[in-house]
Amino acid sequence: MDAKPLPKSDDGPVTGRPTVAVHKFTSCDGCQLAFLNLGDDLLTLAGLVDIRHFAEAGMVDPEAQVDIAFVEGSITTPDEYERIRRIRASSRFLVALGACATAGGLQALRNLNGLTQEWMAGIYATPAYIRTLETSTAISTHVKVDLELWGCPVNGRQVLGAVRALLFGVLPEREHDKVCLECKRERAVCVMVARGIPCMGPVTLSGCGALCPRFGRDCYACYGPAENANTAALGRRLAGLGLPPEAAAHRFHFINNGAPAFLEAGRRAAEGGFDDG
Amino acid sequence: MDIDVSVRESRFLPSADLQNLLDVLTEAGYECIGPRVRDGAIVYEPVTRAAELPYGITDSQGPGEYRLRADAGGRCFAWANGPQALKPLLFAPQESLWMVSRDAQGRLAFIPAQTLARPIAVLGVRACDLAALRLQDAHFRDGPRPDPAYGARRDALFLIAVHCTHPAATCFCVSTGDGPHADSGYDLALSEIDEGFLVEAGSVAGGVILRRLPTVEATTRQRETAAGEIEAGARAQQRALPGTDLRDTLFERLEHPRWEEVAQRCLSCTNCTSVCPTCFCYSEHDAPRLDGGESAHYRQWDSCFTIGHSYIHGGAVRGGTRERYRQWLTHKLGGWHDQYGRSGCVGCGRCITWCPVGIDITEETRAICAD
Amino acid sequence: MRTEPWSNPHLPQEAEIVERIDESDRVFTLKLRFTDSTQHDAYRFAPGQFNMLYLYGVGEVPISIVSDPEHDELLDHTIRRVGRVTDGIAALKTGDRLGVRGPYGRGWPLRELEGKDVLIVTGGLGCAPSVSVIQYMMRRRARFGTVTILQGVKHYHDLLWRARYEEWAHTPRTRVMFSADTGGPLWPWHVGPVTGLFEHIDLEPGSTLALLCGPEGMMAATVRALRGLGLADSAIWLSLERSMHCAVGQCGHCQLGGKFVCKDGPVFAYSDIAPLFSEKGL
Repeated sequence: MDAKPLPKSDDGPVTGRPTVAVHKFTSCDGCQLAFLNLGDDLLTLAGLVDIRHFAEAGMVDPEAQVDIAFVEGSITTPDEYERIRRIRASSRFLVALGACATAGGLQALRNLNGLTQEWMAGIYATPAYIRTLETSTAISTHVKVDLELWGCPVNGRQVLGAVRALLFGVLPEREHDKVCLECKRERAVCVMVARGIPCMGPVTLSGCGALCPRFGRDCYACYGPAENANTAALGRRLAGLGLPPEAAAHRFHFINNGAPAFLEAGRRAAEGGFDDG
Repeated sequence: MDIDVSVRESRFLPSADLQNLLDVLTEAGYECIGPRVRDGAIVYEPVTRAAELPYGITDSQGPGEYRLRADAGGRCFAWANGPQALKPLLFAPQESLWMVSRDAQGRLAFIPAQTLARPIAVLGVRACDLAALRLQDAHFRDGPRPDPAYGARRDALFLIAVHCTHPAATCFCVSTGDGPHADSGYDLALSEIDEGFLVEAGSVAGGVILRRLPTVEATTRQRETAAGEIEAGARAQQRALPGTDLRDTLFERLEHPRWEEVAQRCLSCTNCTSVCPTCFCYSEHDAPRLDGGESAHYRQWDSCFTIGHSYIHGGAVRGGTRERYRQWLTHKLGGWHDQYGRSGCVGCGRCITWCPVGIDITEETRAICAD
Repeated sequence: MRTEPWSNPHLPQEAEIVERIDESDRVFTLKLRFTDSTQHDAYRFAPGQFNMLYLYGVGEVPISIVSDPEHDELLDHTIRRVGRVTDGIAALKTGDRLGVRGPYGRGWPLRELEGKDVLIVTGGLGCAPSVSVIQYMMRRRARFGTVTILQGVKHYHDLLWRARYEEWAHTPRTRVMFSADTGGPLWPWHVGPVTGLFEHIDLEPGSTLALLCGPEGMMAATVRALRGLGLADSAIWLSLERSMHCAVGQCGHCQLGGKFVCKDGPVFAYSDIAPLFSEKGL
């Protein structure tokens, strides 16, 4: 989630009413819904920016040159591999939106074991019609990304915060806390300590407002790994709570399995590497 | 622990009349906040009926573990502290400091946030939390630049202490000198015995409320029973810090190998600092309105375990968990002596219970301070 | 109970950029005036103190005040672009508005300096906190002994304010020397760490006070060298840099041991922070 400077040095700052595109790659559309669910803010937003392409909302001009491009989804097909490069070339500031775009998404699970062909044969009646890459990868694997917003899905507050910051000519403030801190600010009771439920909050990036713990559920790490995440210590605790190695591995190898910290932790959990404590 | 029961004037309030206390406080204009069971823990939330209190509930706590169970008979204060008590009521987890608007000419108008401080009466405050409140007062209220939001809420606070008779396995207030008996800092203090409550006034405001309650003079036997339970609670504590002033020892041992060892276990998740009743760190942020015409400048709880806490241009001063844990412990048990004349730990044990991996401050401190 | 309202120590006041000077491609100076003239006239500060500058809708940053507290009409802040807020402030122009609150912290020990020889050792752009105190002494030159200014930079490109140094160098009983870690064809001065300049100066340890600012590693090396030359710990003063966030000693970000750097500092006598200073990660 390394933020890079605004598109100022190249062509001057974003001024006036910037043009915007929202592009979709392999994804469930949930992050685009973060826009569509904004209510009145969406109308305000439409007044502040000139939305040129947003298929889900009915504006279609995929080749438009824009100031800010939001990109949802991961790169999983040869067509997408080409298209993301065209989009990069036609946008000044590129924002990768959500877990698919920033870590490859749930579908990156296929990167783990090289069984893509077998899975396709097992699922689809006529797999020969499918043209797909062997892997699902983040946008930053392919092109320079100026800003990443993590989460599955991203939330409207963060998306609007990013737009507002870019309009002010600055980068949005980066959130870097762990879900536990948000959980305590919300005065939720810790599900792991009070109920023994395995929870990913201690290694997960904040931004969701501790939504799941507030409703008595464990965090499933949809915002991806936080900085300085001690996955080994949490892995040992999950084992201590009785989570079998395979189940612990699935906790890390889930929505953000492609994020390096979780990729490595999931492998170690699967090998029983956290069972020593 | 030696409680002189003879000098304390206390009145007796029968169990069945506890509702009167809530009613009298409500009539006096207070919103009552008290212990309730929510999501498997004792939390402090609004109470209007005594029946909402955790009757019959007690807790068991250990490093990284907290459970409630129902075997406390007819009592409603037969438990040790849950995750939070006073701190969030005074030092809000998130609040606006000021607003700013910008007009078409680019002129800025700054407007301070107004704190709407309703009078609040908190029922069931433990000695450790009263000690912590004194430290938060020293930090937020008593310095040269008092915090207005904290100050306004503090002014409107009425405190009903309950002497603690059920310390958890994680408690160690005896070793910090802060409990389990609440010595001062309250408006009213209760001792819970089987048949009801002994009530003492600790302030003029407390005396006014006490006179409106249907109490009788407490008997010597009742006073002795109450004092005996508090003393038994003190004796039952299993943990202790190795001293009340560890400042020099800790700052001499900044290179102790234990810092690295605890960093292997520590999640750097900020739970300890969030539940700590004295931790005061916060971060400030802006929340501009989407149209850009206005922005709210707010603060929220922060922690020395975040990267943002020590960020200066170019990176964090405390980049790793070793440095962050060391900052927490050396500040809590060391730096506080310079800042406010005593340790910042009141022995409530919350950081031990609510640490998801059960790191024990008393154990870490002993390891680092051992010869 | 209090009857008067609690005042808000977090609240900025509006100020206008009266003049903007670009010092280098990443460093610029803003000359500010509070838009409320009563506020502007009442504002007092001491050399070494800092203000919190607020960029509308974005956030605050701590910036040293580099103007003269008595002679200058405007509040000068020299700012280096190092992050999102300072990048944003860098885009402002004359006439634009900022929020300002301050001054904060304890500045340089002006009273102790009187009658003493003063050695100023600064590193890189960390020299901003010392500019104000140097100006202060130059304008009241008779009240101080010899003044020696040693300015170290990483790269010869980084040397700002050549004209100002030139002017100081021509003031009586004042010496200015430079060093650069990386020199160049147009760099006539010392190449190497700033402490390398010490062999070219004579110090009277008993009557000299040293004022240091710059990166912590550079200050630590300078402290070692000065102690080696016989300066007492209480004669060495440093301006520290920490995460000054609330600036009123509340948010906890700037702590160094038991000190709140924002209000107990940023200027400290070395003797007050000796055991903890330059301890890595503290």
